[in-house]
Amino acid sequence: MNYFALFSLPETLDIDKQQLGQTYQTLQQLTHPDKFSTGSEQEKRIAMQKNSQVNDGYSVLKHPLSRAQHLLAMRGVDIKDEQHTMQDPLFLMQQLEWREALEDAQNDEDALWEFHASVTRDIQSAYQSLATAFATDTDPQQLADDVRKLTFMYKFQEQVSQHLDKFED
Amino acid sequence: MALLQIAEPGQAAAPHQRKLAVGIDLGTTNSLVATVRSGQTETLADESGQHLLPSIVRYHAGEAIVGIAAQAQANRDPANTIVSVKRFLGRSLQDIQSTWPNLPYQFVPDANNDNNIQVQVDGQIKTPVEVSADILRSLRARAEATLGDELTGAVITVPAYFDDAQRQSTKDAAQLAGLNVLRLLNEPTAAAIAYGLDSGQEGLIAVYDLGGGTFDISILRLHKGVFEVLATGGNSALGGDDFDHAIVALWSARHGFDATANKTYYRELVSLAKHTKQALTSSDTVSQVVSLGEHEYDLSLTVDEFESAIQPLVQQTIKACRRSLKDAEVTPDEVLQVVMVGGSTRVPLVRRKVGDFFGTEPLTDIDPDKVVALGAATQADILAGNKPDSEMLLLDVLPLSLGLETMGGLVEKVIGRNTTIPVAKAQEFTTFKDGQTAMMIHVLQGERELVEDCRSLAKFTLTGIPPMTAGAAHIRVTFQVDADGLLSVTAMEKSTGVQAHIQVKPSFGLAEEQIASMLKASMTHAKDDMQQRMLKEQQVEAARVIEALQSALAESGQTLLSDAELSELTQHINTLADVAKGDDTDAIKTAISAVDAASQAFATRRMDYSIQQALAGKTVDTI
Repeated sequence: MNYFALFSLPETLDIDKQQLGQTYQTLQQLTHPDKFSTGSEQEKRIAMQKNSQVNDGYSVLKHPLSRAQHLLAMRGVDIKDEQHTMQDPLFLMQQLEWREALEDAQNDEDALWEFHASVTRDIQSAYQSLATAFATDTDPQQLADDVRKLTFMYKFQEQVSQHLDKFED
Repeated sequence: MALLQIAEPGQAAAPHQRKLAVGIDLGTTNSLVATVRSGQTETLADESGQHLLPSIVRYHAGEAIVGIAAQAQANRDPANTIVSVKRFLGRSLQDIQSTWPNLPYQFVPDANNDNNIQVQVDGQIKTPVEVSADILRSLRARAEATLGDELTGAVITVPAYFDDAQRQSTKDAAQLAGLNVLRLLNEPTAAAIAYGLDSGQEGLIAVYDLGGGTFDISILRLHKGVFEVLATGGNSALGGDDFDHAIVALWSARHGFDATANKTYYRELVSLAKHTKQALTSSDTVSQVVSLGEHEYDLSLTVDEFESAIQPLVQQTIKACRRSLKDAEVTPDEVLQVVMVGGSTRVPLVRRKVGDFFGTEPLTDIDPDKVVALGAATQADILAGNKPDSEMLLLDVLPLSLGLETMGGLVEKVIGRNTTIPVAKAQEFTTFKDGQTAMMIHVLQGERELVEDCRSLAKFTLTGIPPMTAGAAHIRVTFQVDADGLLSVTAMEKSTGVQAHIQVKPSFGLAEEQIASMLKASMTHAKDDMQQRMLKEQQVEAARVIEALQSALAESGQTLLSDAELSELTQHINTLADVAKGDDTDAIKTAISAVDAASQAFATRRMDYSIQQALAGKTVDTI
């Protein structure tokens, strides 16, 4: 299922979020089973199936990472559930440095916030260059590696957030 | 401004075209039925003018007695009088006996199903589903007597935290009571609808529900027509009844008597405390001297004394509110509206404390005992098709994650909690041993990682996997959750093209045949004609199928179907129309299935076409 097509969006990483939201509402009005509550069993069943796709499509397209993974799958490379180790030595170095930095900062709230902001900036720039790579005919295997890196960065950001939760109370 | 619609003489919409639909609040302590009549949403009363139906069923002399009459006998015949059956819905016997060790009921294990609980009452075996069905049947009879015709359907409310087993049991009970369930609706969502919040400002809504014996807090987010339950919490053993006990404790301390020594006196004192509590909602003091046995006691109470007695209990509810907000990752000042539900929210101290905590005046205009039923009725009216232009749409979320057991007793999540429903997700698994031809699929619900910490919903074995080396088979397990939050699971082996296929219902729910046989038993009892009823149901469905298809064909038959397809489909429709005139239930069923199969492609094309049209129109608009 191509969710970009379902939401009538161009197959790019940078999508118009407002259009996504509006289309989601339109599709809900057209496909939600409650709109067929007086219809036949068949209508209800088809509505439920279509509406399930709409809900899943919206959640996939809404988040940058799942959107990137889906866009990549549309180019023929499915990495969603894979167990893959990165081969890029530079990126591995950076991962190690980040882990060490997180360990040093874990009991210092200010340092953690600063670190969180810097990871977020890195994610944004990685996302921008990925968007460009998708837009210019890049080799799908190269794209896959970039999406894997992005996946790692999001996971890491989540870990930093978890450390920050300790300071909530 | 809304304009009045004036129809041409002789062309007014016939009043009987309005579909009769009700909202039912199937509560732990009391149940209610409500409907929309002449634009007014109202709860319906029984012959003696009572709106609340105590959720109590007594089985005596082969009859099920529901409500006040059953309540009156509860003390005399506790073993045959089931009180608050909702606590038992979708729970295992082990769960129930560890939570309530002193229940007066005689539980009987079901040899065929560990998860099924049964109670022996009046010489018969009853399940919680059947007891709930008796309550629903009583409400259905009340509604049909008041409204003068059969009901098209009902919206039934359930607590937001109800898991799949509890929801399935509720739906089974409704089916058993002969109700067509339009939708199961979360209680807090229903309360928010009753206040019309769905059409109001977007933002966070807290629903504070303090009943007789339970307390629930729900944090909802309203965003673009989506009601999302962010967090729920509460205490299943804290309610207004505890306020009464606190008053009795205060009186005993004042006069130095042991209130619990004499059961009759204690019941009298509790009932007096309840009246005193109610009187104190509108006055500052209650003066009374009461004689118990040989002594007279001054049992006067001021509002200050009352409030300091219940203060710790109210504080516990506020603590639960704080915890739920934390779970939802929001702060009290982000909450725009607080909806009050449950009779105990009439206590002024409760309103004040809740208002202080959220920093906003709670909504109390609608009777807190009726607000859930009223919201359900509003939704039922829309779903029955009485408001075709309504844009209101309630999108619910899955309350608890769904997953599968994997190696080592771990749970692999397939659909996460708070996912908007309906939703379908598939996961692929493979075989563990060479030549393995069967695989056990264990479906669980809950947030924890270990199988033993989650609720087991269903277990089934997929057989007929062709023998292959370990890891070569591809087993695709698909979870489909419908708009009511109910799950069905399908598993299939797909690598060789050989497909094994199985469909399960959670083991807590009843199998179709079980429902059919129970229905049959209850129908004979009610002297209703089962055969007639099933025939009528099929005829109604046939009419619905024909009507839906004919209007669909008129609209887009020419565009979406070839001449050959069109004539084939028309032929099937004509056959169905002919068969439906007769009285052969099975033949009608077969003809409906034939039309269903013949029109499947057309229906799918129509859905896709309508989406295409709508989105194309939109793109033109925005340009």
